[in-house]
Amino acid sequence: MVCEGCDAVFRRPALGRREVARCPRCGTELARHHGLQQQRILPLAVASLILFAIANLFPIVEIELRGLHSQTTLVGAVVVLSGEGMSLVAMLVLATTLLFPLAQLLILCWVLVPLARGRRARGFAWMLALLQSLRPWGMVEVFLLGVLVATIKLSGMATVIAGAALWAFVALTVLLTVVVSFDPRGLWDLAFPADEEAAA
Amino acid sequence: MSTTARARRMAALAAHAATPHLPVRAGEGEPATAAQQGLIECHRCSAVWQDAPEGAACGRCGARLHRRKRQSIALTWALLVAAAIMYLPANLLPVMITRSLFGTQQDTILSGVIFFWVSGSYGLAALIFTASFLVPLFKLSALFVLVAMAQRHSPWRRRERARLYQLLEIIGRWSMLDVFVVALLSGLVRMQGLAEITAGVGIAAFGAVVVLTMLASLSFDPRLTWDTDTHAMQDDKTTT
Repeated sequence: MVCEGCDAVFRRPALGRREVARCPRCGTELARHHGLQQQRILPLAVASLILFAIANLFPIVEIELRGLHSQTTLVGAVVVLSGEGMSLVAMLVLATTLLFPLAQLLILCWVLVPLARGRRARGFAWMLALLQSLRPWGMVEVFLLGVLVATIKLSGMATVIAGAALWAFVALTVLLTVVVSFDPRGLWDLAFPADEEAAA
Repeated sequence: MSTTARARRMAALAAHAATPHLPVRAGEGEPATAAQQGLIECHRCSAVWQDAPEGAACGRCGARLHRRKRQSIALTWALLVAAAIMYLPANLLPVMITRSLFGTQQDTILSGVIFFWVSGSYGLAALIFTASFLVPLFKLSALFVLVAMAQRHSPWRRRERARLYQLLEIIGRWSMLDVFVVALLSGLVRMQGLAEITAGVGIAAFGAVVVLTMLASLSFDPRLTWDTDTHAMQDDKTTT
């Protein structure tokens, strides 16, 4: 295998559970253990999808100011933004917090369900390519920090009440960290075992 | 696909042999690079091919094989310059406009930081100052150093430069923080006459800086940091 950070050539390491191989020259991650990965990732991905629905259907925070109430969902904030002539920013927010993470989860399910039965999903190569290019652009954890900052900013001028979606976002962030931390490159080797044997 | 047929999958390298990743040595204790050995790794599925011509299709996933990301340096420069230009309006124009009973207030990123600092939330002020001001500035200058050094094939502090690139990939996304804060506040605070927050033009410029620097660090090929003159020069010629 070849290091993506510095092009050094390595023999493929035999990794134990939770082990990660790093390139000794530049420190880039080479590979990580993927033994039980697909069995564990699939349920987590499905759980994430459910949390995703809760996180986006219910208001994130509600504020109260002199008897007036106001609340927003993620999509609500995006709609307001685009109404203010900030449609590009609105699209950016929508894509990084909703569309991209959702697409990542759906692709994972699409790919992993057939793989569990030893079959390769339709459009496997394209799906995995998409999965890998979406990886840097899902920013649910950054959004969560944004919610916290916004909450603190408002706490001085109004009463802030946490909505159901806020807790869903917290849980989603934890789950997504686990789901996304797994290396989609490992799936190629799982999906093409015959290829590996022929090579070895 | 005839080119693919000629390319042979590297059996020895793919074999599940050997304990902790042993580098294949090429004399003088330096690890051999794929470019020296005539190997190309597929950027999509990580399969390694021997003697595959530049631009051939990967036999496993069908992606085009390239020794280095194409036009990496030119593309990174272009995105970097664009990001640097957008950095000015991002910091000078208001990102948030607050209309309340006490009048209208326009906030830039830095005035937002000052507001937190003055009101006593030092931790929050430091967090926003770091995520919104320092990190983009750090990214711009770090990428500048990386591309300039890679372009000159400088052997200066390669390992540190590699670490710097990895750091960029981790912290880059966190500068989106202010975009999300403004989006939420403008979605939430819409009490006509009492208090209303709308997004300012600055936030669009700021979002552009974040996206452009992320694209720039994605288009930069970290392997260029390690390329010795001859290999890199050859490659620059074939790719640009």
